[in-house]
Amino acid sequence: MIAGAYEHPERIIPNKSLAQVHSEVAAGALADAGLSFSDVDGYFCDASIPGLMPLSLTDYMGIRPRHVASTETGGSSYLVHVAQAVQAIKAGACDVALITLAGLPRQLKPNPASATAPEAGFEGGMWGTTIPAMYALAAQRHMYEYGTTSEQLAEIRVAASQHAQYNPNALFQKPVTVEEVVNSRMISDPLHLLDCCVITDGGGALVVVSPDVAKDLDRQTVKFLGHGVSPKHTDGGKIDLTYSGALYSGPRAFEEAGVTQDDIDYASIYDSFTITVLETIEDLGFCERGEGGKFVMDGALQAPFGRLPFNTDGGGLCNNHPGNRGGITKVIEAVRQLRGEAAPQVQVPDAQLALAHGTGGMLGSRHGSATLILGREDA
Amino acid sequence: MKIGNDFPTPAPVINPETEAFWAGTLEDKFLIRACKACGENHWYPRAKCPFCHSFDTEWLESSGKGTIYSYTINHKAPGPFAASGPSVIAYVELDEGPRVITNIVDCETDDLAIGTRVEAVFFPAGDDAAIYRFRPIA
Repeated sequence: MIAGAYEHPERIIPNKSLAQVHSEVAAGALADAGLSFSDVDGYFCDASIPGLMPLSLTDYMGIRPRHVASTETGGSSYLVHVAQAVQAIKAGACDVALITLAGLPRQLKPNPASATAPEAGFEGGMWGTTIPAMYALAAQRHMYEYGTTSEQLAEIRVAASQHAQYNPNALFQKPVTVEEVVNSRMISDPLHLLDCCVITDGGGALVVVSPDVAKDLDRQTVKFLGHGVSPKHTDGGKIDLTYSGALYSGPRAFEEAGVTQDDIDYASIYDSFTITVLETIEDLGFCERGEGGKFVMDGALQAPFGRLPFNTDGGGLCNNHPGNRGGITKVIEAVRQLRGEAAPQVQVPDAQLALAHGTGGMLGSRHGSATLILGREDA
Repeated sequence: MKIGNDFPTPAPVINPETEAFWAGTLEDKFLIRACKACGENHWYPRAKCPFCHSFDTEWLESSGKGTIYSYTINHKAPGPFAASGPSVIAYVELDEGPRVITNIVDCETDDLAIGTRVEAVFFPAGDDAAIYRFRPIA
């Protein structure tokens, strides 16, 4: 179960090192749980961390875990880490698992793509591809096959911005209209500037604990009920851009949790771009494939009373996408909702079951999907 | 104004598995990889068939023709591409099956649509390779 969750309050951090931000979010999540660094016996991280993955940071933080793991699935890594922490605890490998993410993209240059990646010769540098372009390709095809419109994609940004106005830490706190989204500068057709997420420094951390540890804590915990993980890739040249890996990870998570879409009170849906949300909602089965555009209209995503309240922190679109990796904030806001600690204006009444979904990598080529289903302590 | 013919041509990453493909580009050939076991063609080219998992694969010269499966007009191109203005990034579905990431060049952006017929055109990129891009078939 999740006992600690912490989001770094800053969005622009010119004056700290990457390891320093990792340690700050770790301290925050441990304090939230009522635990300390000396209690940590499991550590989970991605491959974006400074140095030799878990080794450099366990050294920096001065922790001596008996279990370490490093799995990289881009921005969805931290949802995978939660599932792996639960599995490790179940296997007896650790009792207090710490998961950290930090990034400083406004300060540091991104790591260059690996020249040994098997696709390196056929993607990237020669075509002038960008991250927005690799999502725009999916949006264009979805529009072609299903008649999805820019106005429908804009509804997703509108809902996120409505929520962000109640988050004093959000990078963009001003509500926007559909007209403002579709009239914002075109970045990569059909995606406009306001179809894209923010670029922020910062990070977040989670603490996952065993039932034995949890019973001695004063803090309300959140139950892990189910998970699903899936890579989705170019499929040897048969890539279909109209769906994401959520088509595979979603059903696995619902099956393990033994619940259905109708049972979900709140959803954190990865929102690197508006199209990421639209395809994910379809793939998770909240509507039929191709119906996502219709589903998101009429305030369906707006908390607290929409059909599927989503990203009540303002999401990656308005609040935070630390290190160009939004997965950990998806889990953190789901934890807030299940503890009743979201901003009061967007707290879903009596939220018992939440879904958190991550999409890491590129919607238009290969990405890692991860879905978690979480429950309130007494659910 | 037609766009794309002045795009940069950085040398691609070449390894022993893909050397023959790039040698083909110097002769205006677009090779793909075909599986002798299951008959499927795949992209990007690899020694192992990603569908039936056989290693019994071979080079096949494609027609170099296909249709646009999806595309985007990228207004915020990176680095050296920025000087050329908007660029078109696309998946082209070759007539032989595979969908390939590339640029569409020698085109007006208003002429583009999903389904537009295109053909490969090769731009020299150093001694060992030419960059393949696609242009609408007149």
